[in-house]
Amino acid sequence: MIDLLGYGAFFLTTALIFSLVTLGLNLQWGLTGLFNVGLAGFVAIGAYTSALLTTPDDPARLGGLGLPILVGWLGAMVVGGLAAALTGIATLRLKSDYLAITTFGVAVVVQLVALNAQKLTGGPFGIGFIPRPFSGLAETPLLFNLSNLAVVSAVTLVVYLALQHLARSPWGRVLKALREDERAAVSLGKSARFYRVQAFAVGGAIMALAGALQAHFIGFIAPDNYLPILTFQVWVMLIVGGSGSNAGAVAGSVLVWAIWAGSGALTSVLFSPEQQARAAALQIVAIGVMLCVILLVRPTGLFGDRPRRPRLGKHARMAPSEGGSGS
Amino acid sequence: MSLQFVVDGLLAGSMIGLGAIGVTLTYSILRFSNFAHGDFMAWGAYATLVCVGAIGALFGKVAPIAPLSFGWPLIVGLIAGMAFTALLVLLLDKVLFSRLRRQEQAIIVVMGSFGASMALRSLLEFIFTSRPTYFSRAIQIAMPVGLGIRITPDQIALLVLTVVLVVGVHLLTTRTQTGRSMQAMSQNPALARVVGIDVAGVVRVTWIIGAALACVAGVMIGILIQIRPFMGFDMLLPMFAAAILGGIGSIPGAVLGGLIIGLAEAGAVQLIGAEWRAAVSFIILMAVLFVRPIGLFGVRER
Repeated sequence: MIDLLGYGAFFLTTALIFSLVTLGLNLQWGLTGLFNVGLAGFVAIGAYTSALLTTPDDPARLGGLGLPILVGWLGAMVVGGLAAALTGIATLRLKSDYLAITTFGVAVVVQLVALNAQKLTGGPFGIGFIPRPFSGLAETPLLFNLSNLAVVSAVTLVVYLALQHLARSPWGRVLKALREDERAAVSLGKSARFYRVQAFAVGGAIMALAGALQAHFIGFIAPDNYLPILTFQVWVMLIVGGSGSNAGAVAGSVLVWAIWAGSGALTSVLFSPEQQARAAALQIVAIGVMLCVILLVRPTGLFGDRPRRPRLGKHARMAPSEGGSGS
Repeated sequence: MSLQFVVDGLLAGSMIGLGAIGVTLTYSILRFSNFAHGDFMAWGAYATLVCVGAIGALFGKVAPIAPLSFGWPLIVGLIAGMAFTALLVLLLDKVLFSRLRRQEQAIIVVMGSFGASMALRSLLEFIFTSRPTYFSRAIQIAMPVGLGIRITPDQIALLVLTVVLVVGVHLLTTRTQTGRSMQAMSQNPALARVVGIDVAGVVRVTWIIGAALACVAGVMIGILIQIRPFMGFDMLLPMFAAAILGGIGSIPGAVLGGLIIGLAEAGAVQLIGAEWRAAVSFIILMAVLFVRPIGLFGVRER
């Protein structure tokens, strides 16, 4: 019973960290219509920034400043937000596909730096000894897990409420207006690019915060944590929950993570160790097919926003000048 | 710095360029960036591998053609692989992309291609495992051709094949009625429809060309490097960068972009080290987006 409770707390903590990433993505895609296929890169930036700021000094690599955990989290948000802002500034005056390709490139480059810049990131072995909140409780795993769950829940709640507030604020209404009808919004004097860069940066900062939370929860990070599969999982979570809805983002994350962890546990029971890599591949196939089916059958997801007007479909073809009209 | 990087760069550039042709055609005619294109390469390579294996089982061991490392089974296998890849892509278009296109939101199609890419790649991993395989394990002796450059017969054959294919596709798209229909579709789809162009036919031809060239590029990677489920996914960023550098919609641009990126990568491998290779495409991509987002041969969209 105690074990089950402990596992439940562990599961929920991971799911809530995922839901933070999904909330960030929902701000970028659901609210603003910006397509980020490199979100694993921003999560990794947050995790590594916070790790470098808070770990004790290590002669084998740079950094290890030994700062408090909260400073690490703030630093992660600042660096993640800056990286996202730069990406946005470079691409948001162009067609939306270029943003997708560039974010994809960001993830590739971050992965490359994580693997190869040994002096900074510890290379393939990653960074260990990341301070964990409540590490004094580590002897009683249940208490440790529960207190971590409380911290992560609190952060998720704060971000959720802040995003809900933002979505209803004038700022959020401008983003929605830009998403629904860019020309009308621009004609009212709103700079499309400026607002989009802001939304993209805030989303990136939230993703980086999630990465930092996870790094401190596990205490160890390595490049393998931030492969394209992470991007893919978060996208499925958002689409299942329904893009545009913050509650949907959280619910979709918990649901998809439950399916993912459950089917993972099932394959480890059903298949022999030699076959497990193959079974894991099949698991990804199933989730990929699920994403496509949801896009085909129910593009609004479980808790979706009302149906959206096309941003780059028919309208773009009729009025292709939209990409440049905002700046 | 040895000039060997020129040969390495031209070969890498051929693979990138052949893939980028498909990316640029999909983008300009079907209007979305296809994240599954790299995985078409991997599927083409594996289909060819299976075909070569089947021929080997039927006819026994076939001696390779004089200086090359492969014999006629690979050539037959490549043609069959191209056909298979084209069929696979047409099927994928039927069940997924054509339906998503009907929703009139370009970015939904991009997302669908992202999901399809993940599923296709993992399916390969499921069938063939992630262990790398090879068409041939024979080692070829590279011939010196002066200036410190060495090249193997396989490499010469593949470079010639690339030139033939690129010229062929260029002629197809500029000198035939099909090609003119494709250009019309890319310039103004609404008008193309009005003047009675067979839109479905153009879409089919676009997919077939893209898939067949992706298969060739995949087999080239298989001959010169190795075959892995991730081989195509790793080519995605260089291909996108090449297509954008060349200018979306331009076939000569895609090939030139591919060659530039291939040469830059090979140069970077010599100067900085192989582990940073993948960053080269990103740097070039960012430079193009900042300086000249329409690319070398691109036209501003009307």
